[in-house]
Amino acid sequence: MKKANKLGLSDRLSDIILVVICVAVTLIVAYPLYYVLVASVSNPYDVYAGKTFLLPSEFTLEGYKSVFADDSIFTGYFNSIKYTIIGTVYSVVLLYMVAYPLAQKDLPGRKLISIFFIVTMYFGGGLVPTYLIVKQTGLIGNMWSLFLPGGVSVANMILVKNYFQNSIPGELVEAAQIDGCTKLGTLLKIVLPLSLPILSVMVVFSMVAYWNDWFTALIYLPNSDMAPLPLVLRNILIKSSASATQASTISGGYAELNKMTEMIKFASIIVAAAPMLIAYPFVQKYFEKGMMAGAVKG
Amino acid sequence: MAREVPFNFLKFMKRFIKQGVKAMKKNTKSLKMRIIENWQMYLLLLIPFVLTLVYKYIPMYGIQIAFRDFKASRGITGSEWVGLEWFRRFFSSPNCMRMIKNTFLLSAYSLLWSFPIPIILSLCINQLRFKKLKRVTQTVLYAPHFISTMVICGMIKIFLSPSGGLVNLILGTNADFLTEAGAFRTIYIASGIWQDAGWGCIIYLATLATVDTSLYEAAKVDGASVLQRILHIDLPALLPMIVLNLIMSAGSLMNVGFEKVWLLQTDLNKATSDIIAVYVYEQGIENAKYSYSTAVSLFNTVINLILLLVVNKIAKKYSDVEFV
Repeated sequence: MKKANKLGLSDRLSDIILVVICVAVTLIVAYPLYYVLVASVSNPYDVYAGKTFLLPSEFTLEGYKSVFADDSIFTGYFNSIKYTIIGTVYSVVLLYMVAYPLAQKDLPGRKLISIFFIVTMYFGGGLVPTYLIVKQTGLIGNMWSLFLPGGVSVANMILVKNYFQNSIPGELVEAAQIDGCTKLGTLLKIVLPLSLPILSVMVVFSMVAYWNDWFTALIYLPNSDMAPLPLVLRNILIKSSASATQASTISGGYAELNKMTEMIKFASIIVAAAPMLIAYPFVQKYFEKGMMAGAVKG
Repeated sequence: MAREVPFNFLKFMKRFIKQGVKAMKKNTKSLKMRIIENWQMYLLLLIPFVLTLVYKYIPMYGIQIAFRDFKASRGITGSEWVGLEWFRRFFSSPNCMRMIKNTFLLSAYSLLWSFPIPIILSLCINQLRFKKLKRVTQTVLYAPHFISTMVICGMIKIFLSPSGGLVNLILGTNADFLTEAGAFRTIYIASGIWQDAGWGCIIYLATLATVDTSLYEAAKVDGASVLQRILHIDLPALLPMIVLNLIMSAGSLMNVGFEKVWLLQTDLNKATSDIIAVYVYEQGIENAKYSYSTAVSLFNTVINLILLLVVNKIAKKYSDVEFV
């Protein structure tokens, strides 16, 4: 009896410790984002005076108004949405086009084809040779330069392939094929609907990758009205910093402009980060499942 | 007894041969059949194959411009062969050793600091008994992974701003951290941990989810504390994954992400932020020194490849794991 009590106490103590650790870590991770959110709806002078640690001061949506009034940000936003949708559909279709055939154990040459793709995971031509071939195939300044040179994402392909092999009941596939369904038909009618968990994970991965990508666009899309959102934000977030500090020494209209710039900074961070932060919790429960089924070698 | 043995043996051999012949017949007969049967599969593979060939394999062939004086008008193979000239130029450039050192150190320190954190975090999260808190913690910890490097760097700049940045407000100072070479690695690594430590937990949490719960029950009956359960059940279960991850990371030690360093680099912190990847970009894309940039990049790739192969060999020796 006494022992059981003691056990309960030590368990409760470790419960408390674990909760404290987890809550602390959660707060540390969440706070910077929360701070930016609060700052984005506050008077920038109060932000810089340290008055907005917890709650906004002089609530205002000025920052967001100017973000959406800014033509380049608006174009960037539109471009990013376009690239994300097209890129995600393209990537996921391509992923399935490789993963499904390679999941067929009776496919002659399967090993060789796998190696052909896997090599690109470890070795590549590097920046300039890839740039030269993109240039030669006439993709510079073309939206498809964001998608095509990336090839197949091999790590994701392996996850999907393993999912096919481990989590889709072989009997179902066999039954369909005995009923005269071709392999392509099986993919569309049986495998695709049954692979929704891994599919949704892959969709989110691709969406995040395309929404956040700017380096590819920096190299291949020299035309500024094709720039995706992060690249547009580079002018505001990264480049303006130096000029902002200079500007603060100048008074008058410049100070007003400076104030606006600071507000736009906070608002644009929220505007750029929000879509993905809102989207991913919906498929979060599949992350572990998908990873698990995919990580086990089949 | 004595008579039965040879009889059984013969029967066994007969059956063995018969099966072997059957299997061989089936195999030889079906190879052509199997290829024809799978025509749809090859059709599916065609487009990805061509894309990979064009955008992955042709650039590999194009690496030879590192040994040539590439002129766009002459094409890759038509350009003059200069041997190791570009490599010589790189190694004799004043910042060469600094870049190699910075690349290696940034990566090594990064690994040292950010590697253990996801392990510790996932061990804690896994033992958490409150389902709701567990979910919230996970959701929040994963969040920063979904934010663009550009936005992260924008946040870093804002937080570290000498006039009214969050860090300076908290510390009560007005230092300009991004102009201090000594602070660069800390900034890079700390923000990296903030962004990806949570995400790094996923694979560990997935592994921990496979631990047989009856082990916990048994441990509880034996009076094992939570800490003891973590040390004697969870940690051993994670060990293979930890080793695998460690080996993989060690294999990409010279592979520092370009984006964040480039965005956070200022003229004043170059003493620690000057890394090979940034140099490759500046020389190759900004200055259009195609051959030189390719040579520098190839040097980096080769070192990486050697690291990867060595690490792979070690892994093969000490466990059944193999990647390449």
